[in-house]
Amino acid sequence: MDADTALLARLRDGDEQAFTELVGRYHSPMLRLALSFVSSQAVAEEVVQDTWLAMLRGLDRFEERSSLRTWLFTILVNRARSTGVREARTVPVADAGPVVDASRFGPNGAWAVPPAHWAEEAENRIDAVKLSGLLRGGLDGLPGRQREVVVLRDVEGMSSAEVCQVLAISEANQRVLLHRGRSKLRQVLESELGGRPR
Amino acid sequence: MSFLSGLLRFRTPAGVPCQQVVEMVTDYVEGVMPTVERRRLEHHLTGCAHCTEYLAQIRETIRLAGRVSPEDLTPGMRAELTDLYRRWRTEG
Repeated sequence: MDADTALLARLRDGDEQAFTELVGRYHSPMLRLALSFVSSQAVAEEVVQDTWLAMLRGLDRFEERSSLRTWLFTILVNRARSTGVREARTVPVADAGPVVDASRFGPNGAWAVPPAHWAEEAENRIDAVKLSGLLRGGLDGLPGRQREVVVLRDVEGMSSAEVCQVLAISEANQRVLLHRGRSKLRQVLESELGGRPR
Repeated sequence: MSFLSGLLRFRTPAGVPCQQVVEMVTDYVEGVMPTVERRRLEHHLTGCAHCTEYLAQIRETIRLAGRVSPEDLTPGMRAELTDLYRRWRTEG
């Protein structure tokens, strides 16, 4: 039995502590995700609270065909989307163009300005607090759809199938968004680390 | 060096330009690349330190994103949610 399945059983038994644990685990990632659909922190918090209430009210009907986490995030996305639509917030369209600036390649497509070496050094060269802030800032700076996918995949650690289910998008679409989002996040790290040549 | 391998040296490794490689890394990391394409990419990587570094940076980015911990819930938010739970319990 995984941790969420155990929590679900306790929730159904009316264990308040189980709810508190679940909140501790998922409230912040849910809030971060909600923020990519709606315009303000206050509205996002409302959406997340509504999601918790909807989860509690739906506990008896939940048939466990998906994991508790997938179910929870699916409720959240549905609510956040409809709230976002009510707010008439325009969803940013996926940007096109190359993920690495074309000026960094020569006419034959080979690197002209290659990446400096830092892949194994990030944590040694930036202290943990700054690194965390940098990544948070980078995630917040991603266009909504890309942020949703990167947060669920890479921060939350969901599988691609789970993410597709939660966001109701295709595998191919998920991968395009992931590709663009991860590439931009790499750039954020590069802008901090990449200055020093090998 | 044979004439042929001499000629090949003028091309980017395995015919995949670096500029294209950076667009292929996600499919590669996700393991959804068709075998032939994957082999071409891997062949390129063995001869290209820059793309190897780029791929390593993408993997490191993924790893570091996984270590971003959720911001701590404020005590106020926790209390509010506990209230919400208790209200739900009395809903009947």
